[in-house]
Amino acid sequence: MAQIQLKLFASLQKYAARIPPRCEITAGARLRDVIARLQIPAENIRLVFVDGRRSSLDTTLQGGERVGLFPPVGGG
Amino acid sequence: MPKKKLAAAIAAAAGKSAFPDDTPCSVISCAQVRRLAEAFDIGDRLVEIQSLRTGVVPERYMRNMRAYSRDDQARLLEARVGIVGLGGLGGSVVEILARLGIGHLTLIDGDIFEDSNLNRQLLSTVDLLGSAKAPAAAARVRAINPSLSVVLQAVFLNAENGPELLASSDVVVDCLDSIDSRRTLQAVCRDLEVPLVSAAVAGASGQLATIFPEDPGFDLIYGAPAAGQPQKGAEASLGTLPFAVMLMASLECAEVARILLKKESRLQNRLLVVDLNDYTLDLFRLA
Repeated sequence: MAQIQLKLFASLQKYAARIPPRCEITAGARLRDVIARLQIPAENIRLVFVDGRRSSLDTTLQGGERVGLFPPVGGG
Repeated sequence: MPKKKLAAAIAAAAGKSAFPDDTPCSVISCAQVRRLAEAFDIGDRLVEIQSLRTGVVPERYMRNMRAYSRDDQARLLEARVGIVGLGGLGGSVVEILARLGIGHLTLIDGDIFEDSNLNRQLLSTVDLLGSAKAPAAAARVRAINPSLSVVLQAVFLNAENGPELLASSDVVVDCLDSIDSRRTLQAVCRDLEVPLVSAAVAGASGQLATIFPEDPGFDLIYGAPAAGQPQKGAEASLGTLPFAVMLMASLECAEVARILLKKESRLQNRLLVVDLNDYTLDLFRLA
């Protein structure tokens, strides 16, 4: 199995307990399907970064990626 | 202005001092700046600029020196910055930019202080509950640094009044607290061709970006505007913690100074994300 590093920001952190330290995926899996398997609601995600670059839930993962997921953040 | 006479008066009023590493320097006190401003019938700010240009450091900026040159400080005193929103982010941005010595500050907010502001808004005090934020911000600037010129606008910025409120700004700082109002501000800054430094906070996390007129900006951060999109983000469920707010305000000010002095940004089409839950700081590429 391939693995990714998944980091959840702000209000998405409440789902972090569901994620094992090494998040295993099948090489070629879509991020959207990985998120669904982890029961993280896609509608709460506004911004996706893969290896430091803005990406989308439709990106395909091969393993070894660092993935960051963000809700919208607007407070001040 | 009789510049030569002013320069001579500054030289006469200047005293000897030294930086913490014992390097000697000529300095002028706040009281002497005030006295010369009255004698020459000009603003304190102009006395300070002339001092810096002739090698004399106003003592109030002594600890800005070395990191900044005298010429840098003079340029900051000539700069014009608009601060939109005078709550959590804005209150701290006002505090920092006034102490840094930004010459012209336009302070924009139509809101009043309420109890729920007290956890994070530097300008809010129990005595000021129910009072307008913009006059409180202007009073704070005058108390810290009366050399600065302040334009107080106790109104909410919108697409109609924005261009006039922010005209002639060198940089605008987004200290707002809703996603729609941020988009409106970006549109105004785009039309004015002014860079916008923007921060947002939710809980113990914050993000910072600089949006130049040619950039997609918030569309890359919040997605394209869509009907029914919520005004608030994760802060609606996480709140806004004071240490995160003040940290993000500090980062906004560091970026404002960089743009004003270096004419560049490391944050264009990037998002700096700070997470105080695990003390991480990431710089992501938006485009």
